[in-house]
Amino acid sequence: MAEAASVAAECLAGCRARGARSVLGQVVVPGEELLLPEQEDAEGPGGAGERPLSLNAGARSRVRVICGPGLRRCGDRLLVTKCGRLRHKEPGGGGGGVYWVDSQQKRYVPVKGDHVIGIVTAKSGDIFKVDVGGSEPASLSYLSFEGATKRNRPNVQVGDLIYGQFVVANKDMEPEMVCIDSCGRANGMGVIGQDGLLFKVTLGLIRKLLAPDCEIIQEVGKLYPLEIVFGMNGRIWVKAKTIQQTLILANILEACEHMTSDQRKQIFSRLAES
Amino acid sequence: MEEEMHTDAKIRAETGTGSSPRGPGCSLRHFACEQNLLSRPDGSASFLQGDTSVLAGVYGPSEVKVSKEIFNKATLEVILRPKIGLPGVAEKSRERLIRNTCEAVVLGTLHPRTSITVVLQVVSDAGSGAQLLACCLNAACMALVDAGVPMRALFCGVTCALDSDGTLVLDPTSKQEKEARAVLTFALDNVERKLLMSSTKGLFSDAEGSAPSTNQSLPRSSSSAWL
Repeated sequence: MAEAASVAAECLAGCRARGARSVLGQVVVPGEELLLPEQEDAEGPGGAGERPLSLNAGARSRVRVICGPGLRRCGDRLLVTKCGRLRHKEPGGGGGGVYWVDSQQKRYVPVKGDHVIGIVTAKSGDIFKVDVGGSEPASLSYLSFEGATKRNRPNVQVGDLIYGQFVVANKDMEPEMVCIDSCGRANGMGVIGQDGLLFKVTLGLIRKLLAPDCEIIQEVGKLYPLEIVFGMNGRIWVKAKTIQQTLILANILEACEHMTSDQRKQIFSRLAES
Repeated sequence: MEEEMHTDAKIRAETGTGSSPRGPGCSLRHFACEQNLLSRPDGSASFLQGDTSVLAGVYGPSEVKVSKEIFNKATLEVILRPKIGLPGVAEKSRERLIRNTCEAVVLGTLHPRTSITVVLQVVSDAGSGAQLLACCLNAACMALVDAGVPMRALFCGVTCALDSDGTLVLDPTSKQEKEARAVLTFALDNVERKLLMSSTKGLFSDAEGSAPSTNQSLPRSSSSAWL
């Protein structure tokens, strides 16, 4: 809250654009413009104060920066479009890295390459219509399953759960998904088995649970043996040995968003005892 | 990301009902906001300003009927439900004003052929239309932010009253509104404090009406709404 107050105080002072580096980790609001850091010329190997000649001495070279969710390019600046904390990831190779805004959302917008859980709503000819929680149902061809041919059709009915990834997902076209990877293997994708429970959580919780160092999933795994599928569209499918255990797991995962790690450990230890 | 933003802003020492006389110029009554209180909508917010309280829910970007879809941007719909009775012409007119304001700030071109619906429910009403409009604007903005709809700026709504000797009172009570010769409601954005929408009722001259651009107190007080 104190940070939000200081943001507002700066805005009151006069809305100057701020440097992106100086705002990392702080709350930003829509309408703010962020200045990109500029690349500095590396000192040449000449040592004694020699600098390499640049062909266009006037223009300063800019770092190539990737604009992530919540940011838009506006001239040579970044315009913030969502409320949240500004984050930055250093680049592996050359370039300036990625800037994005960590914001909370419930509604999913299809993004290419995301793995999602969809529900088959219609079968029309060669295409299944799959509801992924976005503004339009995605289309899934029957040939996009491992080992599927025209004679060997996959066994998919209306109401089945599908785990797949988007190959086409932009604002102008209907999203298309497939259940094979680029090599033609299923790799975990396809129809999700019988039983189990599908429930919806916020997108931020899914990203938190899928982070590489997330303890929640490790602790849940020690509690009961389970099968779990995470969809980036906010859907989680859980299956444990009994219905009661499945429901307990679903409730824990939904509540995880608002619990501190101490509260979580308390609940897990209480469940482990019973 | 905090799910609840509870803001108490008192610029000068105020009692809630404004029974103590306030000096002319910049002072707003007690206002508060809470986000993410409804589980069904994609974004929700409740805004309380003086005696007026509005609950807003945002659904979107979601499916749109083919008859209403726009090929290159999102269809924005605003539904305003009064506290009692069926929605009438006054509600329709306020819906149009709020919709035009939201369309100016929401980046609809990022979600063509979708619909973004803002539903506003009046929870408590002090009996003044101008106050209600400002409160609805604030609630709609907070709900759009909670839903994660991409916007190019935030906006806020503020009401002011001009009384017979030309003094400007911000955030008037119902009594001050009745005695005023003109009541004006403005929507301002947070980037350059520009005017997005104005709704006026009463008698005032051009110079007084250009208050939003010249009156410093108006933007400063309304900017505190973005804390």
